[in-house]
Amino acid sequence: MAEINELKRTASQVRRDIVRMVHGCKSGHPGGSLGCADFLTALYFDVMKHNPQFSMEGKGEDIFFLSNGHISPVFYSVLARSGYFPVKELATFRQLNSRLQGHPATAEHLPGVRIASGSLGQGVSVAVGAAQAKKLNNDASLVYALMGDGEMQEGQIWEALMYAAHNKVDNLILTIDFNKQQIDGSTVEIMGFDDISSKIISFGWQVLHMNGNDMADVVKVMHEAKAACGKGKPVFIIMKTEMGQGVDFMMGSHKWHGVAPNDEQLASALKQLDETLGDY
Amino acid sequence: MKHYEIFDKKDTRSGFGAGLLEAGKSNSEVVALCADLTGSVKMDAFKTAFPDRFFQVGIAEANMIGLAAGMSIGGKIPFTGTFANFSTGRVFDQIRQSVAYSNKNVKICASHAGLTLGEDGATHQILEDIGLMKMLPNMTVINPCDYNQTKAATMAIAAYTGPVYLRFGRPVVPNFTASDQKFEIGKAWMVNEGKDVSIFATGHLVWKAIEAGYILAEKGIDAEIINIHTIKPLDEAAVLKSVAKTKCVVTAEEHQRHGGLGDSICQLLARNTPAPVEMVAVNDSFGESGVPEDLLKKYKLDTPDIVEAVLKVLARKG
Repeated sequence: MAEINELKRTASQVRRDIVRMVHGCKSGHPGGSLGCADFLTALYFDVMKHNPQFSMEGKGEDIFFLSNGHISPVFYSVLARSGYFPVKELATFRQLNSRLQGHPATAEHLPGVRIASGSLGQGVSVAVGAAQAKKLNNDASLVYALMGDGEMQEGQIWEALMYAAHNKVDNLILTIDFNKQQIDGSTVEIMGFDDISSKIISFGWQVLHMNGNDMADVVKVMHEAKAACGKGKPVFIIMKTEMGQGVDFMMGSHKWHGVAPNDEQLASALKQLDETLGDY
Repeated sequence: MKHYEIFDKKDTRSGFGAGLLEAGKSNSEVVALCADLTGSVKMDAFKTAFPDRFFQVGIAEANMIGLAAGMSIGGKIPFTGTFANFSTGRVFDQIRQSVAYSNKNVKICASHAGLTLGEDGATHQILEDIGLMKMLPNMTVINPCDYNQTKAATMAIAAYTGPVYLRFGRPVVPNFTASDQKFEIGKAWMVNEGKDVSIFATGHLVWKAIEAGYILAEKGIDAEIINIHTIKPLDEAAVLKSVAKTKCVVTAEEHQRHGGLGDSICQLLARNTPAPVEMVAVNDSFGESGVPEDLLKKYKLDTPDIVEAVLKVLARKG
């Protein structure tokens, strides 16, 4: 399991990047970013075949879309750590004249970002379209996308789910960050759906389950998902995560969705996260 | 006043359909997406010719815009088709984020724009679409005047890289521009050179402006008529050159006064050479059901309204 340990070490550095970035600009979204750190690390350091010499079209390589754009810190960290742009640029997050906008954008030409996201509900449609373009191009590589669970309250998500199944877009792996938290409280309180799995299955997708904070499970299920592609149905992964995973005082609550830690809290968080690849 | 022959009468949406078919033939990257209105927006010829490049998305316009943005990432040139209302107002944020801000090579093609949609009434008669689209950075806004020009514009936007909003309509109208015209995005088209007043018209009202030009000529008024088929980017040089000569302006469009072509012209003049302007446009109201020609009369977008606006602005010019 050396490989899993290596991924865990990388994820620890990604988590350090997240809390440091959010602390540095005194804004941003640490909770969901920390929760998805294992998943994004596995994706960019193991699961996807991708080229850090970025091309917008991404022909012949796997491509990823982040629909819940507010967890940009984790996205930027894995992109930088996997070689898309200099790691030191993470220090410019959310600052004037930076390529690292609060929510991911293409306008500043940050390598690794193919679409703007932030206004929720749009990224799945984009991913489905990109997957269909790959089919038209006879490109056998895959499209990955991540969305939030609160994001499923947006109607466009269901339009895209319906369309992808009807059109057998089976080169697409869509993961939902099922942390059951959103800004105003828990998803159970706000717009609860008890059995997400049966809803997605009834929409015609294959559904897999994953513990998004267990690196071994993430790697195992993601490879199962790849194997499930090409069989006439798009693949949906219900990924259970803990918002704020890895920083004890940020876990178990929606309160750290969009709040930056102060100096003291940063110090406490960094004590819990090993510096494995060197801070930026 | 230059004479224009009416070759035939056709709908501009059919010009779009013919142009899309040609664009599909000349470039295999062109794909089309439609939200359950294939016949109405005249995408059926493309669908028949290129079934693998046609995507029926159902009644889900938000998804359609996102799909198109995604396809453009894979190098495709997506044309989306539905009514103008569902092409813009319904999906403004999807266009804003996934197309305009992301600067994707998506062509948003919108039929049944304006009052001349007719009997379906105000729910479908969008009069705000030009304003919505022209406010978006990166977006090009085109509103051609007849069948031939719409066909040429459709082929031209396929060859242009960047987001485009292409607006056209439902009714059969005079087809009078050359069938072999070269459509230049952003280049105003001189319909008639004159010296007394500049009439800047777009879309269906270009022909109405020509009709007004004949009436004005009988009155001894020499109107310069310019077809502003591209509202953004506006051909500022052509507008300023004309107004430098005529010193007064009438704008004509099938759109709200707020946010339309007239609004763009007024801004340009205010920043450069202020001149009196009369605007033939819908005055801050919704439309209603009716026959297209009756609606143009009731909402004062018809030939006599352009004539009246010219007389009024000439009086103001002093």
